[in-house]
Amino acid sequence: MWQNWALSLYNKISQRPGRRRAGSSETAGKPWTEFFIESTIRVLGFSTIGFVLLIFFFLLKEGLPVLWEVSPGNLFGIRWYPTFDIFGTLPLILGSAYVTIAAIAIALPLGVTTAVFIREAAPDWAREILKPLIEVLAGIPSVVLGFFGMHVIAPLVRTTLHVPTGLTAFTGAVLLAYMSLPTIISVAEDALDSVPKSYRDAALAMGATHWQTIWRVIVPAARSGVAVAVMLGMGRAIGETMAVMMVTGNAARMPLSLGSLFMPVRTMTATVAAEMGEVANGSVHYHALFGIGIILFILTFIINILAASAIFKKRQKGGLR
Amino acid sequence: MTHMRDRRGLPPISMLQLSFLAICLALLMSSGMLSGCGGKKSETGAGVGDHTRIIENKGSDTLVNLALAWAEAYMEAHPEVSVSVTGGGSGTGIAAMINGTVSIANASREMKPEEIAAAKANGVSPVEFAVAHDAIAVVVSPSNPVQYLTIKQISDIYTGEIQNWMEVGGENRPIVLLSRESNSGTYVYFLENVIRMGNSKSKLLFSPDTLLMPSSEGISSEIRQNPNAIGYDGLGYVTGDQKVIAVSKSGNGPFVVPSAQTVKNGSYPIARPLYMYTGGEPAGQIKDYIEWILNGGQTLVAKLGFVPLQ
Repeated sequence: MWQNWALSLYNKISQRPGRRRAGSSETAGKPWTEFFIESTIRVLGFSTIGFVLLIFFFLLKEGLPVLWEVSPGNLFGIRWYPTFDIFGTLPLILGSAYVTIAAIAIALPLGVTTAVFIREAAPDWAREILKPLIEVLAGIPSVVLGFFGMHVIAPLVRTTLHVPTGLTAFTGAVLLAYMSLPTIISVAEDALDSVPKSYRDAALAMGATHWQTIWRVIVPAARSGVAVAVMLGMGRAIGETMAVMMVTGNAARMPLSLGSLFMPVRTMTATVAAEMGEVANGSVHYHALFGIGIILFILTFIINILAASAIFKKRQKGGLR
Repeated sequence: MTHMRDRRGLPPISMLQLSFLAICLALLMSSGMLSGCGGKKSETGAGVGDHTRIIENKGSDTLVNLALAWAEAYMEAHPEVSVSVTGGGSGTGIAAMINGTVSIANASREMKPEEIAAAKANGVSPVEFAVAHDAIAVVVSPSNPVQYLTIKQISDIYTGEIQNWMEVGGENRPIVLLSRESNSGTYVYFLENVIRMGNSKSKLLFSPDTLLMPSSEGISSEIRQNPNAIGYDGLGYVTGDQKVIAVSKSGNGPFVVPSAQTVKNGSYPIARPLYMYTGGEPAGQIKDYIEWILNGGQTLVAKLGFVPLQ
């Protein structure tokens, strides 16, 4: 709602009479309310950039010292025992990557098929019910999901898959997949929606069935939009903390084999969340945790930039496809 | 169609903006909290005499339930005093005491030399009070047949030397190691006194496969439902649905189950004192509170599963 309101406000401002009658005596008497609103919006807009820069500088200031406080061999080692000044971040970085990729591997087929169903196959009434429900899905607090994962999914994983413990990377990936589904579904759905109607008509006119039209024409035409959906889902998954901390077991081991999927892992976010409360301000451990923060910030920033630029390019070509 | 186009454009932009906004809000809140704490500090600082009516008490998660029980009982007897208790870990409480934001820090370990140095540098000379004893119980699932372990065996299990319950007289099952997070005083105590067996030169560490649980509840829920798991926690946190292992210091010595009796007579090997620290010699209300804890308050200790001083 506020977006519409802001849009109409913007339209009013950009079409204000003062600018149209340039050169006339009225330009000098621009109403002060307009000036006030315009500059407020401008300041708010630019402050966003300022805040991001400030946060980034803060992260750098607190995190960079770790580079000269800890030797590179230690910093990129495979053991994370911060209490004993062993700061190997590799298991944490790999742990985050492992869980995120596994989550996307689960969420991608589910999300895309759901989007295809909603856009192409569902009757109108089902679409009207499904779409708001998916948005509700996005609103479930992650700590609630974490609790559910700890008490329901983890025991289930252990007994059905016969693994030593249910607190595994897989359990975390399932929860993360669930959390990134709303993002993936809604972006993929928009991508499908923007495939020109002429493609569909042409496929059907050539004698393709509804199924063939969907899988051979519409989905391939929307594939870059689906890629954007995946990237945004990844951005959501890699930054998630609470649920992951509750169900992945938080053991800082190197997840190198496929079997590690059913072993515990420790992610970067869980490490920062679990240890930041304890750490002495300004200590090496404190700087190391901010160093992890820098890595996370850069990763999510790159993912978001890639997604945003892909959308931008596609929109210039006419439609998100 | 135009509506669709607008909506399509929104997700990435609004997501970025939302995250920025969230971060900004968090920053604003944290700065607000900082200034809030600063204000509090000067209040208690000015009122260390007779007029202190608020006692801030923070630290060890092991101690938090006991500290709460003490606070409630004391406030009942002294309605004019308000004692607020928060957890967060021994290190958190000690750091807050050094910074002057709390009057009493709870700790499940002694202050480290560097913490004492930091306090001195900040003009605070901490005073230590042992307020209760705690035993660390080693727990397994009730369905696990193992009943007795020596300290050496527990150490080998936690370093990854022993990986199957069969090697310590149990079923053929893999062992899943559970521990508290490394910010817990219990973690450090367990490492120094059980895994390293009290040898200060030992470099042994927890196996990297150890699951670090963010809470006592995390440990107990996993112990309850997983017959492979072994965990440890303060005696006060062990619920009836976990099986407590009898521990022996040496291979042939008596195996002892932790209880008030065995901790007091020193026969249970994994026990420790719990501390409260004040910044400077306590005075006024704080002094009264600590004296009450050391005497009248001790009756509550046993009720919460800890061991009284006397």
